[in-house]
Amino acid sequence: MTTFILNGQRVSPDLPDDTPLLWALRDGLDLTGTKFGCGMGLCGACTVHLDGEPVRACSTPLSAVAGKKVTTIEGVDAARAGQAVQAAWQKLDVVQCGYCQSGQIMSATALLVANPRPTDAEIDAAMSGNICRCATYVRIRAAIHEAATALA
Amino acid sequence: MKTRIENVSRRDFFKAGAGLTLALVLPSARGAAARVAGPGIAGSAPAVAAAFEANAFVRIGTDNTVTVLAKHLEMGQGTYTGLATLVAEELDADWAQVVVEGAPADAARYNNLFWGPAQGTGGSTAIANSFAQMRHAGATARAMLVQAAAGRWKVAAESITISAGVVSHAPSGRKAGFGELAEAAAALSLPATVTLKDPKDFTLIGKHAPRKDSVAKTTGRAMFTQDVKLPGMLVAVVAHPPRFGATVRGVDDTAARAVPGVVDVVRIPSGVAVLAGDYWTARKGRDALQVDWDETAAWRGSSAQLLADYRRLAATPGAVARNDGDAEAALGKADKVVEAEFAFPYLAHAAMEPLNCVMKLDADGCEVWNGEQFQTVDQAVVAAILGLKPEQVKLNMLFAGGSFGRRANPKSDYLVETAHIVKAIGGRAPVKLVWSREDDMRGGHYRPLYLHRLRAALDATGRPQAWSQRIVGQSIMLGSPFESLMIKDGVDATSVEGAANLPYAIPNLAVDLHTTNALTKVPVQWWRSVGSSHTGFATEVFMDELALAAGSDPVAYRLELLAAHPRHAAVLQLAAEKAGWGTPLQAASDGGRRGRGVAVHESFNSFVAQVVETTVAADGSFRVDRVVCAVDCGIAVNPDVIRAQMEGGIGFALAAALSGEITLRDGQVEQSNFHDYTVLRINEMLAVEVHIVPSAEKPSGVGEPGVPPLAPALVNALYAATGKRIRRLPIGTQLQG
Repeated sequence: MTTFILNGQRVSPDLPDDTPLLWALRDGLDLTGTKFGCGMGLCGACTVHLDGEPVRACSTPLSAVAGKKVTTIEGVDAARAGQAVQAAWQKLDVVQCGYCQSGQIMSATALLVANPRPTDAEIDAAMSGNICRCATYVRIRAAIHEAATALA
Repeated sequence: MKTRIENVSRRDFFKAGAGLTLALVLPSARGAAARVAGPGIAGSAPAVAAAFEANAFVRIGTDNTVTVLAKHLEMGQGTYTGLATLVAEELDADWAQVVVEGAPADAARYNNLFWGPAQGTGGSTAIANSFAQMRHAGATARAMLVQAAAGRWKVAAESITISAGVVSHAPSGRKAGFGELAEAAAALSLPATVTLKDPKDFTLIGKHAPRKDSVAKTTGRAMFTQDVKLPGMLVAVVAHPPRFGATVRGVDDTAARAVPGVVDVVRIPSGVAVLAGDYWTARKGRDALQVDWDETAAWRGSSAQLLADYRRLAATPGAVARNDGDAEAALGKADKVVEAEFAFPYLAHAAMEPLNCVMKLDADGCEVWNGEQFQTVDQAVVAAILGLKPEQVKLNMLFAGGSFGRRANPKSDYLVETAHIVKAIGGRAPVKLVWSREDDMRGGHYRPLYLHRLRAALDATGRPQAWSQRIVGQSIMLGSPFESLMIKDGVDATSVEGAANLPYAIPNLAVDLHTTNALTKVPVQWWRSVGSSHTGFATEVFMDELALAAGSDPVAYRLELLAAHPRHAAVLQLAAEKAGWGTPLQAASDGGRRGRGVAVHESFNSFVAQVVETTVAADGSFRVDRVVCAVDCGIAVNPDVIRAQMEGGIGFALAAALSGEITLRDGQVEQSNFHDYTVLRINEMLAVEVHIVPSAEKPSGVGEPGVPPLAPALVNALYAATGKRIRRLPIGTQLQG
């Protein structure tokens, strides 16, 4: 049994250690905001923060998060950056189908925490692991700038 | 306590046949539905989850909440927002008090008015078919609120106004919210007639109304099929055959059943399903299965072989889709003949949410939770498998994590698979079918592979006197429930749309079609913009070739031939003007060759022109810098949603143009996930500028029409930059060869 801190709460899901964090969150802990898109770390829909760093939950076994802090979309608004990113996303109506957006928001929040005023090139570099089939990319870039301004 | 008050008087409002029943509901009727079991709900307000047997478009609660029941699937295209805008406009509601809920399956009330008795979402018809219907729904609710206020205040209805959700009687200074009047309004009979607003009085249509699903989708709360969890539910992962047409000969499930947590293994027509309490366990179980596939009937062909076969077919005449004048004769005596062949690969939809479906059997019938796009077809097909009547199949329409056409499968493929699993386990537990990305990518139902052969005759001035277009590929409609409707004289309308209605004034014009379904077993399906996804490319690249052969400017050349098609001409002129067509492009700082290209195309009654700017490096690699897009979709209901759909359609089209390709070899799909079926990423996204043509025409679609012009405009831009003509998609590394 692996114990870790999930959105500020200690949890110990009764699951095998090799269970991907994604499925532990979704099926074991009923937090479904983190999405399944590819299962290979290729699309970013499952992005969560592990001790503040963006990781792909589908490729992170439960054993790798033991004793660590995991933040998901459900808990991202505990930090100012997360709130700013969500607000910018809503202000600019970034979403279309919305399925990838939890992952986009997690990656964007991690970017802004590490780099408060990213350039377009820095945004592209940080966000290129997150696929959006609806291609909301124009607005994702704009919303990250918007959130950066709000946080400044 | 019975708190729900429904207006029971019903009257058919619309000659089109859709009955409208208005219902007003008190909020205490809203039972707290299981978090994961309710219909798709979008709204900034707390979820209004009611076990309400919806039979209407508008519901008003005593808490002032206006619930709009959306009959169309929200898959990203913004239809929840659009449908609500139409209601709220005529209701004079405050946008903030409006929430949207997915309507149940009930074709008698929620049919697509363009599809006769069928309920479903597709063909960019949602707002177009609902425009009058939803406005009527809002106007009716408004009239009843006015009547209720007039009765309460004992004043003339004519002296009452409504603005932003507040009902007012100016002479007396009385005011009321909708909620205070809801109960009284519910007791009234429906008005015989209602008057719709003059467009000049619109306060929401054509203005900015923020999306209704933004909050749910930015907080992780939006409910997709993948997120449904019912008590006792089993997750099913299916082993599918490695080739289309193969079947199960035998299964050794010993190892699969030995995986701790695997509950059952069942054979179904489409493969072998492994069931467990969660996805990961079921997935491990499937990976441990030993399946002996019977490939006797499997198709073992390849994309390359199909293309060669199609090329041979293209040398002979096909079924006639259009025949003006005598194109062959004109080609025979022409001063100049231009010829070209265009090739298109299979394309996967690859929506972000892999296909899935939740189904539960009980004594009353079957209940389904799904990103439900094709209610009437799905109900009938599922009912037949389970021995039920269609109305016993209750469909909960959840948000779809994209679709691009895929979730409206003409044979309900993934619902059928779920139904067979539920049946195979005797309905003893609810089942969630989950396809992996690989299942989704290799599951077929692709945009068909196509070949086009075009020839044109130019006169001495360079004007086209003849145009012959031969199209070769699989029919989407053949074998579907729509075959008799969509295939006439051997021509599937969706195979030739965008070509058979070529707008250019050419006196001798022939379009014909070879349908190739007998040559392959690869299942095909509509893919965002359907026929126009290939016809738009072939026609608009070829037009560019004709303009250049004539020594003309590509915009001016087209405009001269579009005199009878002012809406095409207008978007073309607008895009050209906004893009600075005819002015030199700024030189690239890195020394790359720059080029600008244009295309214009009508699809789903909307008109879109795009001008693409590109920069090509010395090694043939290129970047797509900017696209200027002009769209005429009639009255612009939600301009920002229209802009978003153009941006998204352009990005979707760019992905396909750059690298989108499903290939088959020895009957097997070669791609499996996003590493080998590459889709657009943010670093490849170009700048997009959208201009909407002001229009008083009826609204037409925007979900698909942004797609077709992008690839031809890009290829035309690459030609302008390099002098090299791309006629085969995807572009890939063709410029680097």
